[in-house]
Amino acid sequence: MRITNKIIEKHGLKLEEFENIKKLMKRDPNLLELGIFSAMWNEHCSYKSSRIHLKKLPTKGKQVIQGPGENAGVIDIGDNDAIVFKIESHNHPSYIEPYQGAATGVGGILRDVFTMGARPIALLNSIHFGSPSHPKTKSLLNGVVSGIGGYGNCIGIPTVAGETKFNETYNENILVNAMAVGHAKKDKIFYSRAKGINKSVVYVGSKTGRDGIHGASMASAEFDENSEDKKPTVQVGDPFTEKLLLEACLELMKDDSIIAIQDMGAAGLTSSSVEMASKGSLGIELNLEKVPCREENMTPYEMMLSESQERMLIILEDGKEEHARKIFNKWDLDFVVIGKTTNTKNLTLKFHNKLVGEIQIDALAAKAPVYKRKWVRKKIKKSKLNIKKIRNVNFEEALIKVLSSPNHSNKSWITNQYDQMVMGDTVQRSGSDAAIVRIHNKDKAIAVTVDSSANYCKSQPKIGGKQIVCENWRNLISVGAKPLAITNCLNFGNPENEEIMGEFAECLEGIKEACEFLNYPVVSGNVSFYNGTNKKNIFPTPVIGGVGIINKLSSPISHKLKKDKSLLLLIGKTFGHIEQSCFLKENFSIIDGSPPEINFFNEKNNGEAVLNLITLGLANSVHDVSNGGLIVSLCEMAMSSNYGIKIEKPKKIRNPIEYFFGEDQGRYIVEINKDNLNKVEKVLQKNDIYYELIGITQKKYIEIEGLIKSDINDLFKINSQWYNKY
Amino acid sequence: MNSSVIVFPGSNCDRDIAVALEKMQFKNKMVWHKDTNLPKSDLIVIPGGFSYGDYLRSGAIAGKSLIINEIIKAANSGCLILGICNGFQILTETGLLKGTLLRNKNLKFINKDVNIKVINNKTKFTSKYNLNQILKINIAHNEGNYFTKETHLKELNNENLIAFKYCDEKGVVNDRSNPNGALENIAGIFNAKKNILGMMPHPERMVDEMISNTDGVNLFSSLINK
Repeated sequence: MRITNKIIEKHGLKLEEFENIKKLMKRDPNLLELGIFSAMWNEHCSYKSSRIHLKKLPTKGKQVIQGPGENAGVIDIGDNDAIVFKIESHNHPSYIEPYQGAATGVGGILRDVFTMGARPIALLNSIHFGSPSHPKTKSLLNGVVSGIGGYGNCIGIPTVAGETKFNETYNENILVNAMAVGHAKKDKIFYSRAKGINKSVVYVGSKTGRDGIHGASMASAEFDENSEDKKPTVQVGDPFTEKLLLEACLELMKDDSIIAIQDMGAAGLTSSSVEMASKGSLGIELNLEKVPCREENMTPYEMMLSESQERMLIILEDGKEEHARKIFNKWDLDFVVIGKTTNTKNLTLKFHNKLVGEIQIDALAAKAPVYKRKWVRKKIKKSKLNIKKIRNVNFEEALIKVLSSPNHSNKSWITNQYDQMVMGDTVQRSGSDAAIVRIHNKDKAIAVTVDSSANYCKSQPKIGGKQIVCENWRNLISVGAKPLAITNCLNFGNPENEEIMGEFAECLEGIKEACEFLNYPVVSGNVSFYNGTNKKNIFPTPVIGGVGIINKLSSPISHKLKKDKSLLLLIGKTFGHIEQSCFLKENFSIIDGSPPEINFFNEKNNGEAVLNLITLGLANSVHDVSNGGLIVSLCEMAMSSNYGIKIEKPKKIRNPIEYFFGEDQGRYIVEINKDNLNKVEKVLQKNDIYYELIGITQKKYIEIEGLIKSDINDLFKINSQWYNKY
Repeated sequence: MNSSVIVFPGSNCDRDIAVALEKMQFKNKMVWHKDTNLPKSDLIVIPGGFSYGDYLRSGAIAGKSLIINEIIKAANSGCLILGICNGFQILTETGLLKGTLLRNKNLKFINKDVNIKVINNKTKFTSKYNLNQILKINIAHNEGNYFTKETHLKELNNENLIAFKYCDEKGVVNDRSNPNGALENIAGIFNAKKNILGMMPHPERMVDEMISNTDGVNLFSSLINK
């Protein structure tokens, strides 16, 4: 079969890339080989546009056991315990087929974690939809939420935290990012690097079908009006089989049978075999007629490119085949030796003893293209905000608009569809700044959270990049955890567009600076470009997933107010930064101006002081101040507890709207006992922390002298209606 | 007291119930579904989860597995059997408990803490609770909407075979306090001999103050002090 330009294009390859392939192979590839190149060289697998920028991120630290480059990142939490975690996007499939797209997103990220020897203990997600009034949004929301729940609930791993946002920028390209967190023993981590020649390459798990062929290439192109036709590229998830695969793998991992293991995710059998061989500088030979197939007459091309789910590739130590086979048989899973490692440094594909393809591993991996794409810095537009007009708004009405908006409404309609309690270690479920999950049989715990701020990133990508890392860090601090490391999911538009590439580069600069300052390294992540349709790109939406440690879990802390008549302190300075605020968006539909600046020194100093107060047992409850500003944070503290709040009107401020709705960063509200005020002030003053005593807790009402007095039950109702009515 | 927890492919609350049982001083063994020998047990627990992926119908395939014959034998000779969530569904599929569990009336998976009321405390499972005591217990299911035919419903009421009913925090049993549409707000039932209890709420999730509350503890302490 002659490879025409049309075939090359269909494989998502550029003509100059095809020329490069011919040069590397010193001949023309056949169709199978072309398919394999397309699977390995697409943006999703090769990171060809992002690689030079990703290299700049800080990935090292005392706490880091494994940084980016493996199936997931690994951090040390002491006592031979390690936490394995990663976030990944499943945006395109979820838009085409929301239930299966979201479900397999969860399944894929779970495999990345248990491939490394970790038992998954928590799932998180960050999901972004278009405007609620867009005709597709409702069914996408329904499908994605039940898909995420359907997978996690069935496999029995609690979904403990997440974020859900609506913005018309996602009307035709939603975002579904799933994060999984697992626990492993530090001395029992499994990697994907092949070692040794003539070792058995074993296929385990589900059978291979024709689903998901070219899934990774699909994810590396923009949508157009024919995107519905791409449904067959979406995989179908089977959480039941994944549960069996999880238990079988963990059982086999108890001893030393495994040399290397890699899940078959994007680009299936191709990328798993190439990655293992590439990391070990070896070759790999596969006998494709041995691959367990779900359908008849599957061709080598289909087998190599299928993205059927719930499959793994394992390289076994000599003589361990029977032992391993017994375990997989017990769990009713396929177990077939399909090949061996070689010293040829080639990927060698045979079908019924006939050589059907042979490619140098290096050509597929190390020599895959890397692009230094052109990019431009964002031009900062001057704000046209009429500040006088906005100051005249009625305070209570403005608050109600924010609290009843889709983006700020109570999300229990979503979280009630997720099993948050299975495994018996969920100390704090979703709804707080971060979830807390106990390490099984220990009195320590991890805190986990995901965050994004697309509007901030759109207006000034670098500040946005800094802000999301800081907010994530702050959310962990707020539940008393020491932040350790992050994973990131970088959702952007078309990288071939200089402005989009600029958004990417600048967001990464911001993320880098924040991570460096806070000693908060990136240990894993994923890049998703080409989010957009017909040249309309989404707002840049990097999502940060953070993990922190609580070493002694005596009394977990949340944003729920604990007592009547305790004092409320606002830590951090309030300037009243109203540009880019939720207040403006929900009340005036204005998205304008700059995001709030980040002051790294204050951020770190304030956070460490708050953590210190929590560790000393001086804080009753803590909440960070973020989207919606001080008043929204106060309302959230009140609505989640049975207590109200009385605030004295601050004297020195320009205007109450800016004071209460401004989104200045690095701030926390801390509830303390009156008797502890002296001790608390000592800690804060010693560390030069700016703080204000802003009010006290009381029964029943949120009250600001001269501005507002609302029953918290009424506010709760206003805050809980949207999803049920939608 | 010896307990056995049956593990099916797809069970996922097996570890949770084992932790709870051991915490309550049971000597517990895990039993694989392909086993045909049941260890000597005073209590057999069929845990929650998605046995066989809930394919075909929740509990349907597990209800036909090898170990089930042994469980039926044990049940007939008076052994105590507790089925939680998917375990309850499996018990109805085997015929050890009558009735069935339909999809929740809102057609969605529901995970939340709900209130249930103790309707019969004169059984080996519930003796440590007070009559009409209100418990807060977590539910997590797709199919918890209990349904049975009229004659059986009468029997349940006349013979005092309803263990728990969904209610609000004041104990009111009505449609508003019914999370899944179950007939008469039924959350758990006994068989006629009251040696089998099937319930949708998860008592094993309520034995640790750090995680939730301790409203499930008395179910296990009733059993161990029976």
